[in-house]
Amino acid sequence: MATIERRTDIGPPHYDKFLHPIIKENYGKWKYHDTLRAGVLVHVGETGSIYTVRAASPRLISTNFIRLMTGLATKYADGYLRFTSRNNVEFLLGNKDNIDPLIKELSDNGVPVGGLNNSISNVVHTQGWVHCHSAATDASGLVKVVMDELYEYFVEMKLPHKLRIAVACCLNMCGAVHASDIAILGLHRTPPRIDHSTLPNLCEIPTTVASCPNNAIRPTSIEGKTTVKVDEDKCMYCGNCFTVCPAMPLADPLNDGVSIWVGGKISNARTEPMFTKLAIPFLPNNPPRWPEVTEAVKNIVEVYAKNAKPYERVGEWINRIGWPKFFDLTGIEFTKYHLDDFRYAGTTYRRSTQNRY
Amino acid sequence: MSDELKTPLLDELEKGPWPSFITDLKSMADRPMVKDLLGQLEKSYRDKRGYWKHGGLVGIMGYGGGVIGRYSAIPEDFPGVSHFHTVRVNQPSGWFYTSEALNEIMDIWDEHGSGLTNMHGSTGDMVLLGTTTQELEPIFRELTAKDWDLGGSGSDLRTPSCCIGPARCENACYDTLALTYNITHKYQDELHRPMFNYKYKIKMSGCPNDCTAAMARSDMAIIGIWKDDIQIDQSAIAEYVDAGFNIQEYVIEKCPTKCITLEGKELKIDDSDCVKCVHCINVLPKALSPGKERGAAIALGGKAPIVDGALFATLIVPFIEIDEENGFEEVHDLLERIWEFWDEHGMNRERIGEFIERVTLKTFLEGIGVEPMPQQITQPRDNPYIFYEEYFEEETE
Repeated sequence: MATIERRTDIGPPHYDKFLHPIIKENYGKWKYHDTLRAGVLVHVGETGSIYTVRAASPRLISTNFIRLMTGLATKYADGYLRFTSRNNVEFLLGNKDNIDPLIKELSDNGVPVGGLNNSISNVVHTQGWVHCHSAATDASGLVKVVMDELYEYFVEMKLPHKLRIAVACCLNMCGAVHASDIAILGLHRTPPRIDHSTLPNLCEIPTTVASCPNNAIRPTSIEGKTTVKVDEDKCMYCGNCFTVCPAMPLADPLNDGVSIWVGGKISNARTEPMFTKLAIPFLPNNPPRWPEVTEAVKNIVEVYAKNAKPYERVGEWINRIGWPKFFDLTGIEFTKYHLDDFRYAGTTYRRSTQNRY
Repeated sequence: MSDELKTPLLDELEKGPWPSFITDLKSMADRPMVKDLLGQLEKSYRDKRGYWKHGGLVGIMGYGGGVIGRYSAIPEDFPGVSHFHTVRVNQPSGWFYTSEALNEIMDIWDEHGSGLTNMHGSTGDMVLLGTTTQELEPIFRELTAKDWDLGGSGSDLRTPSCCIGPARCENACYDTLALTYNITHKYQDELHRPMFNYKYKIKMSGCPNDCTAAMARSDMAIIGIWKDDIQIDQSAIAEYVDAGFNIQEYVIEKCPTKCITLEGKELKIDDSDCVKCVHCINVLPKALSPGKERGAAIALGGKAPIVDGALFATLIVPFIEIDEENGFEEVHDLLERIWEFWDEHGMNRERIGEFIERVTLKTFLEGIGVEPMPQQITQPRDNPYIFYEEYFEEETE
């Protein structure tokens, strides 16, 4: 094999070479868009229209799946495709006659089309047990079982507004679930188990001590070796210490599990961006199909679908009806764990008598 | 261990209408890496815990980021995944590809890696999942030969990413793709060689819909905005009215500042009260579009909970011109002032959002040379503990 010259710091290729000719011609000159059907958009520009077909993707995908997508793009979309910020696959078609055959072939391969407007788009998620050291649950599996239950809401546009679900397998939240309509968040519930035999060699003590947001970690000495101890009453199992110190693992099959959060949004439309808030503090890890989680998420989606007004995101709906009514309507139990006790907790306490009776 | 792969628990994930990642992975189970990945995952599903070791330091010669070391904690049972490193490949702006270009990357990955990917990672990169240390340099050489480069990892500038922008959206208030390309290329050293206090993510969204979730997920959110009047096509408004669309309920009553009125078939907006929330433009795409005096708002400090709690970004610059003709100099200038102040006064593992919380917005603004403005806050302080810095002194003769 011929040696290839070593190049560094070249950065990504220019996007220009990946743009459909119709997109190039109308770049920055789009007039409007329309939704033709679930998962299908048309964007009308000055010199032509581009048709988008949006397909689901499990995000954890093989080169086989990608070659299937590129094959379909070559056949129906002049070889042009893209991915969305929620990991949907989008085919960009110049010829609208190709829409139906493309959708049929996607469907024949088990790939649904949808995820636009008042639907559930692809679920943003993390690595989970597939590929991460700090996962408290699996992510790809949770997405699969939840979307099996909510499939109809991906392929149809029948919700009051868009609904964004995200899954993160630990508090690191690589899936940034903290601003989603519904967040499924894996969590640990027991303090790290310190391996004092390896810690002095593996971890830097000052960094480990400084990593704890609650100052629960202190240096100590065991058999003449410097290590750390954890004030377990102060530990909220965030995993910060494990991130900097591999000798402090948190995985605990008996106690790791899943929490459910609701009412976050990113967009500035109507209301300002909102964080998700705790709905269900703990559900057990029950693989392979996590029935408690799918039931809980489906319940929230259905109660939202039934009660929210058009153009209300989950958080906007809850703000209108109030949290007591949210817990009433969903039948979710309110517990002491719903009361914040971390930084800025006081900002969540009610300072008025305004309540619905 | 038996040579035959048995995955009764994972097989349950082949049922149901949503595409199954297990079916997809099994299509590659003739590869030892994928077979052992499935085997280890089955064990995780049985034992309800992960079996990956904490990351290790591996990489490409001359780079400090872009590869994340990953090793199985039980390599004796699953030797195929004893090494299972991640390679982050910097995506093109807007995640646009041709079939040909993607297939070339897949050829490289089929030859040198597991064949598994994430399209894409949360920050924006193509994530190639699972290879061994000795394959890293060949992968890098072949990728760069095809004009691809690695993304960021660790305490560096993470791979910037952007929404679809003017490539396919009529609401884009600046060229998100061009700015992303420009920043990524200008700061290659910062991207490939970690030298910051912690990670620094930049996301560009073309309008306040913020399709890249920049406000929540990036240290620096550059969000398109306009200053003048929303453009109205009154004939299109009349068509919405004639079609029976309830503008009163779905647009006017949803407007956060109640600055819209409908007189007959004519829509009027008091733009002096409009906060550019874009709801009306979203709902009436054929009739409304952003104004012509366009630029971006810049907010800093969005992040997930680690370390001190999740934060949305704080608006620092309400409006900045995004001037491509001028090589985006204003953005570079601001970015470099921010990095310099953070570098000098920030602490190890302190994101810019936590840094601003610690030193306070007042100190931060002074540090980066931005004037305080009422647009940066939701309200002035309601406590009287003010640190005054100016005093009158008795005049001395």
